[in-house]
Amino acid sequence: MEHLNYHHVALSRAKGSKRQAIVGVVASGNLEVLVERTLPDTECEVNIRTAVAGFGDIWKAVVADFVERRSPGGLKLSVNDGGARPDMVALRLSQAVRAVGEQS
Amino acid sequence: MMTVLDTARRARDRRLQAGAQYAQGKRVDRENATALLEAVIRSGDRVCLEGDNQKQADLLAVSLAAMDSNKVHDLHMVQSGVVLPEHLDVFERGIARRLDYAYSGPQSTRIAQLLFGGKIELGAVHTYLELFARYYIDLTPQVALIAAVSADRHGNLYTGPNTEDTPAIAEATAFKDGVVIAQVNEIVDTLPRVDIPGDWVNFVIESGTPFYVEPLFTRDPAAISETQILTAMLAIKGIYAPYGVARLNHGIGFNTAAIELLLPTYGERLGLKGKVASHWALNPHPTLIPAIESGWVKQIHSFGSEVGMEPYIRARSDVYFTGPDGSLRSNRAFCQVAGLYACDMFIGSTLQIDLQGNSSTVTADRVAGFGGAPNMGSDARGRRHPSKPWLQAGKEADPGGPAPLRRGRKLVVQIGETFGDRNAPMFVEHLDALKLAEKLDLDLAPVMLYGDDVTHIVTEEGIANLLLCRDADEREHAVRGVAGFTEIGRGRDAGMVQRLRTRGVIRRPEDLGIDPLDADRRLLSARSIKDLVRWSGNLYEPPSRFRNW
Repeated sequence: MEHLNYHHVALSRAKGSKRQAIVGVVASGNLEVLVERTLPDTECEVNIRTAVAGFGDIWKAVVADFVERRSPGGLKLSVNDGGARPDMVALRLSQAVRAVGEQS
Repeated sequence: MMTVLDTARRARDRRLQAGAQYAQGKRVDRENATALLEAVIRSGDRVCLEGDNQKQADLLAVSLAAMDSNKVHDLHMVQSGVVLPEHLDVFERGIARRLDYAYSGPQSTRIAQLLFGGKIELGAVHTYLELFARYYIDLTPQVALIAAVSADRHGNLYTGPNTEDTPAIAEATAFKDGVVIAQVNEIVDTLPRVDIPGDWVNFVIESGTPFYVEPLFTRDPAAISETQILTAMLAIKGIYAPYGVARLNHGIGFNTAAIELLLPTYGERLGLKGKVASHWALNPHPTLIPAIESGWVKQIHSFGSEVGMEPYIRARSDVYFTGPDGSLRSNRAFCQVAGLYACDMFIGSTLQIDLQGNSSTVTADRVAGFGGAPNMGSDARGRRHPSKPWLQAGKEADPGGPAPLRRGRKLVVQIGETFGDRNAPMFVEHLDALKLAEKLDLDLAPVMLYGDDVTHIVTEEGIANLLLCRDADEREHAVRGVAGFTEIGRGRDAGMVQRLRTRGVIRRPEDLGIDPLDADRRLLSARSIKDLVRWSGNLYEPPSRFRNW
């Protein structure tokens, strides 16, 4: 099990007022993302637990691109990866921001 | 001195005579199948064993592999598919030496081992149509081993819905002094229809069990991912709609299955019904049932059938080609010709794409053949009839050319996720096919689609339109620009990609008004095999391995 941790500065606070949300499922080729609104408005943290080692460079690029596109300020995202491909990871991260962006 | 020009006919007569000892009329008991083959086949013969990605002359394959290699050896196998273990056993046992083929699926790893071990002398990996063509020029079989559903006592054959390659093989052999041997499930008094005339067929063996057919074109909607749905949305809105693609062929992947399932939902919403995807060269894909039932599809011609679709096809004869008996008549050769000349688009998946858009499903240790893809996925340079998509694609490639002399272009689209199984990147610097060619000392690398035929690449990151690229550098960056987080994608020059995007060479989901978060499984008109059965009015009978209720 590999643990990866990325901290980013986000341009703006993520929309909405929900405190937390979960999207996705833990299954082969899929992944679950827990998103919590626990950080200052300009910070974002992504924690990844993955069974597949050696993809650090790709994860780093996926997360950087995600932060730039979705501006998830104030969010801490925890990823439980079932060996998912980068396209699925990017989609689930975006879905998590949308889910927590709803009004509570 | 007089030149003798009927030696082959005399040789055939001797073969028939040698085989006659095992036959009553044309009928040979299955126990004598191997003895018949040993009597009829001569060392060094070209033998065509019927079998492709669907149907298999399996009894004849087993009987051929059981021959004594002391009696018969050095055969040159010419066959569509290397699929059954016996197809390779004949090489391992020294019965056959040379191979020309078109497709290999499950045996692709073992084929590679036998090639590396020198057990197989490889001619070439063809496209189906190309191999059929060679049956009439320089690879005409001395003996053809074919499969049919039933025969009558005259040797007339009924092939059922899976006619596939049989007419092409039987005609090349029967009319060039070859011997045609058929395995049939049963011998009957009266056939539902005649697919192969009896005077082309020399021996008939009743196998007692149906020949094997692989349900290769069945995709379970339950396994379609959101990313695949996103690529399907991009293709429909970014290619089907603007070009108005009415006549087309789909590959067998999950991305194209997603497109089929999205037509009645997403396609309908875009107002495309009646404007796109109406005329098909396509096997009877179960995932097309919802579109057919929703009135999208005018007609479909098929290479082969698909297991479980027979009752549905029978009841939808407006759509499919059916015989006077009501069952499907497929024909791989004609359907390949249709795909080449009468379709405006091919869209399918691949395993590897390089920086110039060349693609291949051959990897370092798997020598897969390509079947029909290289044929569907190539521009037909002999085409002379116009159509809107063809003309529009031609114009994009050569905007300055004089219209009446400007060739159109077939749309050849590669679609897939940037990473495939086990996170293998779809985009690579160099195709594994090149390494293989070097290792095996082949003159030609097994490339599935050549980059100069490919017009578009669709991934979750967007669409690259290669028609609009003006030089190799633009082409490379169009590819990099949709290659996502692969090494190829991360190696992009961001400024260059941005310029290509401004010109519409690269289009992102947002450029097409698509929000990736809308790529939801609820968009699929059927989300399970059971849904497909419901859509079909309970006419579709899926094979048991696809039933989970």
